[in-house]
Amino acid sequence: MYAQMIKTAGTGVKSPEEMTDQERAFQARIDADEKIEPKDWMPDDYRATLIRQIGQHAHSEIVGQLPEGNWITRAPTLERKAILLAKVQDEAGHGLYLYCAAETLGISRDELTEDLLSGKMKYSSIFNYPTLNWADMGAVGWLVDGAAIMNQVPLQRTSFGPYSRAMVRICKEESFHQRQGYDIMMKMCQGTEEQKQMAQDAMNRTWFPALMMFGPSDKDSVHSTQSMAWKIKINTNDELRQKFVDQTVPQAEYLGLTIPDENVKLNKKTGHYDYSEPDWSEFFEVIKGNGPCNTERLNARNKAWDDGKWVRDGLLAHARKKAARKASAKTAAE
Amino acid sequence: MKNEWPLWEVFIRGQHGMSHRHVGSLHAPDAEMAIKNARDVYTRRNEGVSIWVVEAAHIAASSPSDKGPLYEPSNSKVYRHPTFFDIPEDVGAM
Ligand SMILES: [Fe+2]
Ligand SMILES: [Fe+2]
Repeated sequence: MYAQMIKTAGTGVKSPEEMTDQERAFQARIDADEKIEPKDWMPDDYRATLIRQIGQHAHSEIVGQLPEGNWITRAPTLERKAILLAKVQDEAGHGLYLYCAAETLGISRDELTEDLLSGKMKYSSIFNYPTLNWADMGAVGWLVDGAAIMNQVPLQRTSFGPYSRAMVRICKEESFHQRQGYDIMMKMCQGTEEQKQMAQDAMNRTWFPALMMFGPSDKDSVHSTQSMAWKIKINTNDELRQKFVDQTVPQAEYLGLTIPDENVKLNKKTGHYDYSEPDWSEFFEVIKGNGPCNTERLNARNKAWDDGKWVRDGLLAHARKKAARKASAKTAAE
Repeated sequence: MKNEWPLWEVFIRGQHGMSHRHVGSLHAPDAEMAIKNARDVYTRRNEGVSIWVVEAAHIAASSPSDKGPLYEPSNSKVYRHPTFFDIPEDVGAM
């Protein structure tokens, strides 16, 4: 998903006796499924954790534009190009909704941006992998957006009002993303042998990084328990990953693609598909900055920010001048 | 001076004769750009026919601690609701 390994602030769930009156009242509101709004009292740890989580989610949407942006000018048809452009534009929108939700917690947009650009805040590990052929656009839409949807749908019920509302908007737009990806895969798989091979190759490279998106197992993590008590995390990482595998295997079968894991098979006892764990040492390397595209992605974001500076400054200077002119015309008239 | 573009709250009227509804916020240098950005960020799938933008700093809001004093009184004034009055069925629809 787009927010991984979020370190929950605090020391874990407090018992009602350990809580202050304010904390108890706050937890009671969450337990009653009330939404917490920005001006309401909230524990500092809840605020800090949400800033990290929503911020990282926003950064993922923004950086996530890069691997797909890579193919806009090389899409095979004008229609595919228009579709991809619309999809990437949606992701920019998702980033903006989420930044605004984070800002209601008292952090500024510039601070968030600076923390992304300096590498202090992370974005999803998945966007540090390259998109090497056109079929990757299919695999990304189908598998990456598909994995993101698994996490974003339950988050619509999250306890923080602005985050929940952003998720509702985002979820409305996501299913187009996944479907256009699957549509690309269908076309490729019904094409020539070579095109089908490209689709299989994209699947081979994307499968395990997509499973990593959910993060390592957190069923015993005190941090996750606290985040779940606050309802800013709804399911464990393993639950979501299993759901994703169960949904995806039949879709791959329909395409005639092989999942690059010979352990994937339906477990009659559990009713779920068994699968192999991804290589978590690779995941931690990518998180640390050593993935195939970490440097490229951060450089691209930094370049965009630096190159856009004159536009941001120029428009602001113009707006201030205009406002000053208006104010002085008003005084002159009085 | 801080060089961040100010924050604007965006209100959009959908197509069904509804009032403008708050949909989110965005940063823009001035009102004109805020409306242009709002069109791109909040109406990509014809969600609306009219956009209002208001600089967030100009919005005055009630505070959560006012909840009691501000809204409590009306709860005791149940006669403000039509269901307070029993009108005999013979009178017909009212
Ligand atoms: Fe998105
Ligand atoms: Fe998406």
